[in-house]
Amino acid sequence: MQQITTPQLVKMFDAITDALSADKDRLCALDGAIGDADHGVAMELGFNAVRIALSTIDTSTTEPTTVFNLAAKSFLNAVGASSGPLYATALLRAGAAVKGKALLADSDVVHIVQAMAKGIQERGKAEPGEKTMIDAWQPASRAIETAHADGLDLVQCLEAALSAARDGAEATKTMIATKGRSARLGDRSLGHMDPGAASAVTIIAAIKSALAG
Amino acid sequence: MLLVQKQNQYANTFREATIALPSLCEVSTECCKLVCSAGSWIAKGLIMLTKKIINNGNAAVDEMLEGILAAHPGALRRASDSPRSIVAVDGPRPGKVGLVIGGGSGHEPTFLGFVGKGLADAAAIGNVFASPPPDPIVACAMAASGGAGVLFMYGNYAGDVMNFDMAAEMLAMDDIEVRTVLTTDDVASAPRSKRETRRGVAGNFFIFKAAGAACDLNLSLAECERVARKANDHTYTMGVALSPCSLPQTRRHNFDLGPDEMEIGMGIHGEPGIARGALKPADQIVDDMLDRILDEMSLSRGDRVAVLVNSLGSTPLMELYIMNRRVKQRLDSAGVAIHATWVGYYCTSLEMAGASITLMHLDAELTRMLDHPCNCAMFRVG
Repeated sequence: MQQITTPQLVKMFDAITDALSADKDRLCALDGAIGDADHGVAMELGFNAVRIALSTIDTSTTEPTTVFNLAAKSFLNAVGASSGPLYATALLRAGAAVKGKALLADSDVVHIVQAMAKGIQERGKAEPGEKTMIDAWQPASRAIETAHADGLDLVQCLEAALSAARDGAEATKTMIATKGRSARLGDRSLGHMDPGAASAVTIIAAIKSALAG
Repeated sequence: MLLVQKQNQYANTFREATIALPSLCEVSTECCKLVCSAGSWIAKGLIMLTKKIINNGNAAVDEMLEGILAAHPGALRRASDSPRSIVAVDGPRPGKVGLVIGGGSGHEPTFLGFVGKGLADAAAIGNVFASPPPDPIVACAMAASGGAGVLFMYGNYAGDVMNFDMAAEMLAMDDIEVRTVLTTDDVASAPRSKRETRRGVAGNFFIFKAAGAACDLNLSLAECERVARKANDHTYTMGVALSPCSLPQTRRHNFDLGPDEMEIGMGIHGEPGIARGALKPADQIVDDMLDRILDEMSLSRGDRVAVLVNSLGSTPLMELYIMNRRVKQRLDSAGVAIHATWVGYYCTSLEMAGASITLMHLDAELTRMLDHPCNCAMFRVG
């Protein structure tokens, strides 16, 4: 079993940044339907800042935890907004989940996804069904946990997480928003996918393609 | 103009054709041709971006700050090592509660225009329509702190709450006591029973003013917080939007509103409001807005209010004064006295067309706070 190195982790963040840049307009359009149309801008801005911060580190001596902490801090200070504290908390928790490790095993990746979902949930205090990014992250976290417990390999685990996140994001179309800015729309949020759930899918897809090929 | 109509027509055709595609495609190849042709219009960039006087959308906020500091060097400065933290040159002083406000950019002169002696000591500046992160908020609090505690005030939005709360947690480690008062004056954003979940909009102006006066009068942190909460509880705003705005980074409209439509209650980031309908004459629009405000205020004959008629960006003073004429007529007929009126650009939403009306129900204390002198970059009393 191949373990994940710090350079691979940095490449994973590059993949996330590229994916969000490519997805920017779609995310802004989704946000325009039920929010203020800037979600794609914020996500691209944040991960661009992560890319710049990570480009300065010596990957041969930096541990994964430091990569996550640096990513969290640079994302937060570039973005603010709601996604800033939510993803900064997610990344800090991911870093804490692999503390002290120089290389990451499959089980560490599972713990990273779980820690990110938990961090977002605790910072935003959203519950499933409220039409937020947690409706993609929590199913992804559960799916990857189950897949790993069933003895599946990392590719299959991340596929399960991605598939669950996609289903979760799709399901937000049938939800009435009760958290965040779109909560003020009431019934008018029905029929629209939550942009935070949509970007969660993009991120998880990029993690999968970077770590699992 | 023709070009715009043509583009809209193509965009609509494209949208409708795409929706109809699954059923039509099997029976008609014409439909697919139509989609391809409209799609290529979009691909060629013929769907126009909005026009803005900017250099680079991503640099808009920082370049604006440079310009503001160049215009008001005697009133505003940056906190050291924190370019997005704007501090009043003669605001903070020992023994005074520091007032820190902040939020996303795009609402100018909210927030930084209200930084100055007698009002806010510092404002943390976010990206367009996005809360500032914790670091500039912490820098503002450090600069504003005079040893008597710091009061955070900002509009009630999920992002702002998370970032300001994180900043407050960080400041607690430095033994700076922080209290927070969220503004929730937007009547349209939630029912009366859920007042605490409402958004903060143009009423910020009155609420910050009252709190800033309390701080300048050297009241304790607890007293400043009490005055701020009372000011918020006494302030009610309704907005109406006529046309959308566009972010400098996207230059695309943030919502669609038909050419003859208006939306009552739309938020200052384009959050949908409570009623969309045909554009009406000014008096009817004002009546509709005031009915909703007055319904909540339970004013009696002889009560006093302060009035703010605010442009959301591109609605001109002429229209604001036409609205204010009706506001005065309605308040006169209700026997409500107007203590003071402000008309103009106080809380905008980039170039959105539309306006808001805010009433603050005054008592002796709030009147004193409003009348207390202040000297800000973009606003002055006394």
